[in-house]
Amino acid sequence: MRSKAIGVAFLGVAAIALSLGLTGLGSAQDGVNSNSSTSAAEIERYRKMIDDPMANPGFLNVDRGEALWSEARGEKNVSLETCDLGEGPGVLDGAYAKLPRYFKDADQVMDLEQRLLWCMEKIQAFDTKPIRAKPFSGPGRGSDMEDLVAFIANKSSGMKIEAQLAYPKEKELYEIGEALFFRRSAVMDFSCATCHGAANKRIRTTDLPQFDVPNKSAQASMGSWPTYRVSQSATRTMQHRLWDCYRQMRMPAPGYGSEAVTAITLYLNKSAEGGELKVPSIKR
Amino acid sequence: MKTPFIALTAIALATSASAAGEGPTVDAARVDKTVASSFTNLPEGWDDRLKQDEAQRICSETRNQPSEAQAEKIVEAEKSKVQMPADGKVVGDWKAGEKVAQNGRGFQFSDPAGTEAGGNCYACHQLDPKETSYGTLGPSLKGYGKAFKFSEEAAKATYAKIYDAQAVLACSNMPRFGSNHVLTEKQIKDVTAYLFDPQSPVNK
Ligand code: HEC
Ligand code: HEC
Repeated sequence: MRSKAIGVAFLGVAAIALSLGLTGLGSAQDGVNSNSSTSAAEIERYRKMIDDPMANPGFLNVDRGEALWSEARGEKNVSLETCDLGEGPGVLDGAYAKLPRYFKDADQVMDLEQRLLWCMEKIQAFDTKPIRAKPFSGPGRGSDMEDLVAFIANKSSGMKIEAQLAYPKEKELYEIGEALFFRRSAVMDFSCATCHGAANKRIRTTDLPQFDVPNKSAQASMGSWPTYRVSQSATRTMQHRLWDCYRQMRMPAPGYGSEAVTAITLYLNKSAEGGELKVPSIKR
Repeated sequence: MKTPFIALTAIALATSASAAGEGPTVDAARVDKTVASSFTNLPEGWDDRLKQDEAQRICSETRNQPSEAQAEKIVEAEKSKVQMPADGKVVGDWKAGEKVAQNGRGFQFSDPAGTEAGGNCYACHQLDPKETSYGTLGPSLKGYGKAFKFSEEAAKATYAKIYDAQAVLACSNMPRFGSNHVLTEKQIKDVTAYLFDPQSPVNK
């Protein structure tokens, strides 16, 4: 019953996305296209759809991620079920709310995606090279990482974001994240702070969350990732979001699972501390 | 306006410093190491995107609040980069300028080679009052030329501002379109016309 209802609702989301002209990577954020021709009623219908969790295709990723988590894979032909995401081997509840965090076995601060790659390599002897090369889903191509992240993050839904800063390496990475947040570079002189360093600003008609101080917009924002992006017909993770913001900054693409992305995520989590996770969410 | 802004920034700095605990913030070399190890997939000729010039470095370190001496140094250095048009004319074609103001493409790793870059002024500024899709990171420029009585001098100053925003205000959040070779001389003339031509919708 559940899957049928979802199927019908999904079609609705897709149809509305098309009629709103929301397809096409980045077009909405670049603000090149204005939606002034769209009727208010259509937008209202779309908003309602977005607020209905049953209409969120991100839950298909959750289901796929659940299956992947317990599937025997890699050279060792074992599942990921013994992977320690910080709360103990195999413990999923609340793990995402405390990531990134320091892992003694790796002597490194890792976000969920780095940690999953680490577990795949160490526990499953799974070849992660293809994932690192193409981590995000695209037309006709799924992403194991998007599925696993949706599943694991969902196990923290309803919990509060807790930035981890007790270990010296966590503190150091936080400070690196802060420095990166304010680091201006490339041809437009942008830093994250250019667009996310003040309250109630917008780019074109898009509201920008503020991240340089603890505040509600940061909580709502970080509490909404991973999210199903209607404009991209895909569930996206924080790694993808920051990849996209670095694109807007005219920087090269940051490496998947790179230190810069984890450092910034930790910094953002501090500004979003206490925000409630409601994931996977669905948004434009 | 200036005082509350500075006060807010002070609070922001205090908050972030205390969040990280006491002690010196991380040194620049360590941050550079993170940058170097995280951005390894560089398209040809993109090495410079990772490096910071003097203005970028100072503005980053001071969170866009340079000391008076640092600000003077930046403004002087940036002023020397501004190249006024050889023919002395700074007001081009406002219709072409409107396209420059609307266009947000260019210089992204997702852009196909040869993509014409725009100035994306609408991302940050209100211009034509009829255009409802505009951002608020910069001040409204509605009626800009009219407010200056379309004076030749003001148009020249605006051309220079667009060419290099930091030749006027150190650590401005506005890109240095001419100095960083984002826009051509013609594009800057055209977008200056969008602000200064009496026929431009910006002044209607
Ligand atoms: C040129 C402007 C710009 C810059 C620079 C920029 N961003 Fe963004 N950012 C955006 C826009 C536009 C969005 C989309 C907001 C939306 O759709 O709600 C966004 C979205 C985000 C989001 C998700 C917000 C949400 O609620 O879904 C995060 C997190 C974020 N940015 C972080 C960063 C970080 C960290 C940096 C620096 C590495 C950065 N951004 C640089 C413009 C920018
Ligand atoms: C990333 C945001 C951003 C973009 C893009 C941008 N600006 Fe600005 N602009 C600002 C900010 C912030 C200010 C205020 C600080 C200053 O004066 O430098 C400003 C100031 C200005 C001023 C001076 C206004 C005054 O106080 O008299 C002009 C003129 C201007 N911008 C024109 C443009 C034009 C033309 C474009 C497009 C080619 C553009 N800007 C693109 C952010 C931006």
